[in-house]
Amino acid sequence: MDMETTPTLKRAYGTKSPQTSRFTEPSMVRWSIITVSTCFILAFVFAPLALVFVKAFEKGAEAYYSAVSDPDALSAIKLTLMTAAISVFANLLFGLAASWSIAKFAFKGKNLLTTLIDLPFTVSPVISWMVFVLLLGRQGWFGGWLDARDIKIIYAPAGIILSTIFVTFPFIARELIPVMQLKGNEEEQAALVLGASGWKIFFRITLPNIKWALIYGIILCNARAMGEFGAVSVVSGHIRGATNTIPLQVEILYNEYHMSAAFSVASLLTFLAVITLVIKKFAERKLQEEKTSSKILSMGENI
Amino acid sequence: MSKRKKIQHVLPGFGLSMGFTVLYLCLIVLIPLSTIFFKTLSLTWNQFLELITSPRVLASFRLTFGASFVAAMVNVVFGPLVAWSLVRYRFPGKTILDALVDLPFALPTAIAGITLTTLYSGNGWFGQYLEPLGMKVAFTPLGIMIALIFIGLPFVIRTVQPVLEALEIDVEEAASSLGANRLQIFTKVIFPAIRPAVLTGFALSFARALGEYGSVVFIAGNMPMKTEISTLLIVTKLEQYDYPGATAIALIMLLASFFLLFVINILQGRINTKDIAS
Repeated sequence: MDMETTPTLKRAYGTKSPQTSRFTEPSMVRWSIITVSTCFILAFVFAPLALVFVKAFEKGAEAYYSAVSDPDALSAIKLTLMTAAISVFANLLFGLAASWSIAKFAFKGKNLLTTLIDLPFTVSPVISWMVFVLLLGRQGWFGGWLDARDIKIIYAPAGIILSTIFVTFPFIARELIPVMQLKGNEEEQAALVLGASGWKIFFRITLPNIKWALIYGIILCNARAMGEFGAVSVVSGHIRGATNTIPLQVEILYNEYHMSAAFSVASLLTFLAVITLVIKKFAERKLQEEKTSSKILSMGENI
Repeated sequence: MSKRKKIQHVLPGFGLSMGFTVLYLCLIVLIPLSTIFFKTLSLTWNQFLELITSPRVLASFRLTFGASFVAAMVNVVFGPLVAWSLVRYRFPGKTILDALVDLPFALPTAIAGITLTTLYSGNGWFGQYLEPLGMKVAFTPLGIMIALIFIGLPFVIRTVQPVLEALEIDVEEAASSLGANRLQIFTKVIFPAIRPAVLTGFALSFARALGEYGSVVFIAGNMPMKTEISTLLIVTKLEQYDYPGATAIALIMLLASFFLLFVINILQGRINTKDIAS
């Protein structure tokens, strides 16, 4: 997904038109391929998306409004926003630190570090919850210590936040590292020679340079943090109104057969998903432009 | 030691950023994950074997690995097809189609779960036509596969797409001028070029499917021995405070995903070296 696209083709054949060369298939083959792939996406992706909104407004706008302004729903929204804000902020700090150290310096074990950062991607969200139970739960390593001080983490908002930080851990870092590597060190070194301090270099040069990658990472991280279900589904202990996030509220309503209410609340996150995709497309395009320009620059230097 | 010191860091902040990175990585990821290994170490080998070979656990492994494999295979068939249409052809609605591909990444899994269940249940949009044909999807292994196809769908498309875009048309022109027909060009020129990307996409969507929980639990029906996936079994065992049982299953799942991560890294290396070579 985040592999680089070589821009040569696009430049050679114009960005708008994909290869309209004479080396193409007969039109029957072409249209069958287009039809099959369109139907595949429509059936598997578009139909679910449409269903959410159809079901959400099935009983009219009034029912929709009362479902999303229900006190339980509101407290779920509040907890979701808080969880997402904390997780995004924590992983943002980490992403900046990790990309600075990995992209700007040479050191042993860099590959290992990069692989370890990707680790939470391959771990099931359920396992990410389980490890915190083993660590901080009543029978866990620190369970007794926490219990003695009456600090509740598992089955409390803190547990939800911890598992959410875990599952969204790599999102920002892995967007920043390749872009920062591509930009190189020259501008920062020039600023250093001119006498700028470390923080000044970071805020004035590095940060503006990675702006789009940063936005891209943040929105992806945010979407995942708000929508996470597996990692938080059991943490909360399902105490309604106390430790529920939006996905958990959706589950409760669905299991109680309040279908249109469930889909109404679900539509909030679905809407967020659609917005996320739109911003993502925009940021991706900006990122592509930047990559292309810095690639051309670095090509010149290499020769 | 002193020789290595010669590589002086020009820019400031290495100690601070590196220190924070490693500390945060340890606190959030490595120490929590290590609990699985330590917890399993407290079991004897026989206890461990007994836990992971109990009929219910084995049935869940068979279902999880089987359904994930089938779902990844379906995506391997349709994924390159979609990527091909998006890169090579022009047709109305292409931009929207391209944007839709990413939806499974952005849509919360629980919402995907309730939506797919509603679509494929007896009176749903799709279910009402499929059920008279004798195809029960919701609450059967077939439903699990549908959910896993959904969540794994973007991986193959998004790994193949950039490689297809980067393919130089000159190579195809050369092949054509040497007398190759379209089918030969595809099998001899294009397919070998996208093969590592297809395999990476397969491994990514397989790995994602293995650990999936939210989208599957709603559509699966969750009958022990029949439609109970491994991640659900972990949750069930944890809720019953059966920590050894849960960690034993988790360890197997974790090792499977580490193995896949390893394979993906090797494949990714192959794609990258090809890029550099060209």
